[in-house]
Amino acid sequence: MDHTLVALVEDKPGVLNRVASLFRRRNFNIESLTVGHTSVPGVSRMTIVVDADRTNAHLVEVNLNKLVNVISVQDVTPDRAVTRDLALIKVKADATARAEINQITQIFRGKIVDVSQTSLIVEVTGTEEKIDSMIDLLNPFGIVEMVRTGRVAMVRGEKSVPTMNGRRPALKSVS
Amino acid sequence: MRRSGAQIIWECLEREGVEVVFGYPGGAILPTYDAMTQYDFVHHVLARHEQGAAHMADGYARTTGKVGVAMATSGPGATNLVTGIATAMMDSSPMVCFTGQVPTTALGGDAFQETDVTGVTLPITKHNYLVTDVDDLAYIIREAFHVARTGRPGPVLIDICKDVQVAETDFVYPEEDLELPGYAPPSEASPEEVQRATEMINASERPLVLAGHGVLMSGAMQELREFAERGNVPVSQTLLGIGNMPASHRMNLGMMGMHGEAYVNQAIQSADLLLAFGMRFDDRVTGNLQTYAPDSKKIHIEIDASEINKNVPVDLGIVGDLKAVLQQLNPLVESCDRSTWLTQIDEWQADTRSRDIIYQEANGELLGAHVIRDIWEYTNGDAITVSDVGQHQMWEAQYYHHERPFTLLTSGGLGTMGFGFPAAVGAKFGQPDEEVWAIVGDGGFQMTNQELATAVQENVDVNIAIINNAYLGMVRQWQEFFYEERYAETPLVNPDFVKLAEAYGVPALRVDRREDVEAAVRQARETAGPFLIDFVVEKADIVYPMVPSGADLDKMIRRPTPSTSPASVRS
Repeated sequence: MDHTLVALVEDKPGVLNRVASLFRRRNFNIESLTVGHTSVPGVSRMTIVVDADRTNAHLVEVNLNKLVNVISVQDVTPDRAVTRDLALIKVKADATARAEINQITQIFRGKIVDVSQTSLIVEVTGTEEKIDSMIDLLNPFGIVEMVRTGRVAMVRGEKSVPTMNGRRPALKSVS
Repeated sequence: MRRSGAQIIWECLEREGVEVVFGYPGGAILPTYDAMTQYDFVHHVLARHEQGAAHMADGYARTTGKVGVAMATSGPGATNLVTGIATAMMDSSPMVCFTGQVPTTALGGDAFQETDVTGVTLPITKHNYLVTDVDDLAYIIREAFHVARTGRPGPVLIDICKDVQVAETDFVYPEEDLELPGYAPPSEASPEEVQRATEMINASERPLVLAGHGVLMSGAMQELREFAERGNVPVSQTLLGIGNMPASHRMNLGMMGMHGEAYVNQAIQSADLLLAFGMRFDDRVTGNLQTYAPDSKKIHIEIDASEINKNVPVDLGIVGDLKAVLQQLNPLVESCDRSTWLTQIDEWQADTRSRDIIYQEANGELLGAHVIRDIWEYTNGDAITVSDVGQHQMWEAQYYHHERPFTLLTSGGLGTMGFGFPAAVGAKFGQPDEEVWAIVGDGGFQMTNQELATAVQENVDVNIAIINNAYLGMVRQWQEFFYEERYAETPLVNPDFVKLAEAYGVPALRVDRREDVEAAVRQARETAGPFLIDFVVEKADIVYPMVPSGADLDKMIRRPTPSTSPASVRS
């Protein structure tokens, strides 16, 4: 069982380090952590997947909240949330294998984004389970290289992770 | 007005109401020290080691509730602060540390005396800043003081590049509201929480308050007293909570935990409701978590949400400022007859009294407990005492009965040997009209005794009582109990502390007989400036009672009663 936390953080130097340092210091086990921009300048968004069998997700949440640069934390696990992972998978593919890999990619609504004499890069987006299934199918061809972004999540419907009314959290310059 | 970064630091400190700074100069902080000469509002205390400066700032903060300020240069200056910062972090002491840093152009290049100080102090500060632009400086200082003193207080570090101290800008003090979208300390409890708590309290037959440091930080002493008196609810203290209720108050039982009163631990294990007020269920107060207070419901009122359910699962956790929450609860607490419970505790207490060394016949040995009890008597129980870490620290907690808040300072969480003496110096700067005693061990004192020079240079009127047993006594005690009396590296060959003090210019006495304690204490009190007494005490003494680490809280090793043999007594 895992828990998905969404944290809004101030986009300041060292914030990712503070979050990572907190997990290390408190001995929290984390499955994945993604960071990216939001629609509000100066605010970044982290999606943190906690291994809840080994780590109390609530303690992660309240400890994150203690960091001065963390604006809000929400455990979206009980909500109906859209969760997505993105993978780029480089698969061994000679001329004979290409058609079958293409077919698998179609079924998973992925895309082939690069082709060479001996390999393909497949791009696929979906839940982690979906991507795991696709990897199982591609494994027999020989996976050369793979990268996954880790989970990002958003609650369905009107409900949203509290933002800051569009205010930008920035240092005021005194001059 | 045009100001350099260095001047801005002092302009801001003046506006924060800072009166004293403890520090040590060096290359990367030199512009700031140079600018200090233009400002009269501040008194700088030159420590002899940055760790001493940090403990002084901490001691100042603990006696005043104000933010203590320490200052050091980059690299080794900053790393020497680290133990002091970690000490303040564990005990939630408000502090702002300024460190110089190499110029922005040299950052990351392993320049002379460069250390990644914000990296080093990341896990031991409440927050920290690296300043690389002089235009950010004033705002950061204002934010740092706010973060240090509000919510659950703690140390904040500001690392300032040397070229930022030199650079000039148009200085306007930032008067506008701070923009801290992720920082909002809690205040009151919700009506539902108040109702649930009240129901649990009024329905309880054997309630007990566990009153911690949070009572003091929140300023909830009066509210705690009211709560106890209204509801006939007995109160016990954590080590750092001592002073949050007068020791002589009829509802105050005293200290809990590893070296707490046996009857307090028995009461904890027998209670049907524990009320944890501003404390964090440290392993030193719980013992074995699996068997801790098995029959009780628990209410935890705490400003730091991450402390609730961290160590001990509770039935009701209220995140709030203790003073505000108790003001909500007190009018609803009913006066219940709890005489059966209080009588039971009285009986346990009587057993403790029969074992107390103070009531046992003296055999001519000078014991640490005697010395501290006598200091208590001859200072009328009214001094600020600052203890170090070890056996004497526990005897202080047991035998110096504090009637007033903020009169016991000690490193409870980190257990920092070397804290006591410099923290006492800082405390005296915070409360110049109070009598201040540093009660230290011979081991810990030697970790920071260089601050004798600071005490002399500043003519600080602080008395030092060394409880000298020529051992690392608490470690020796563990070796005696748990390591089959193999005393690995605990015997100490000490300097002559009287001569050492005199070399620094500090008058000093040695005392090895009980009958000489009173005169020595009186002489120390009558002497202006620092005074040192080397109390040579029994070497193999033990702090009783003791809950062995990880044992059940009521499985204490007790002091033998006069009629029983020492070896076999456990209760």
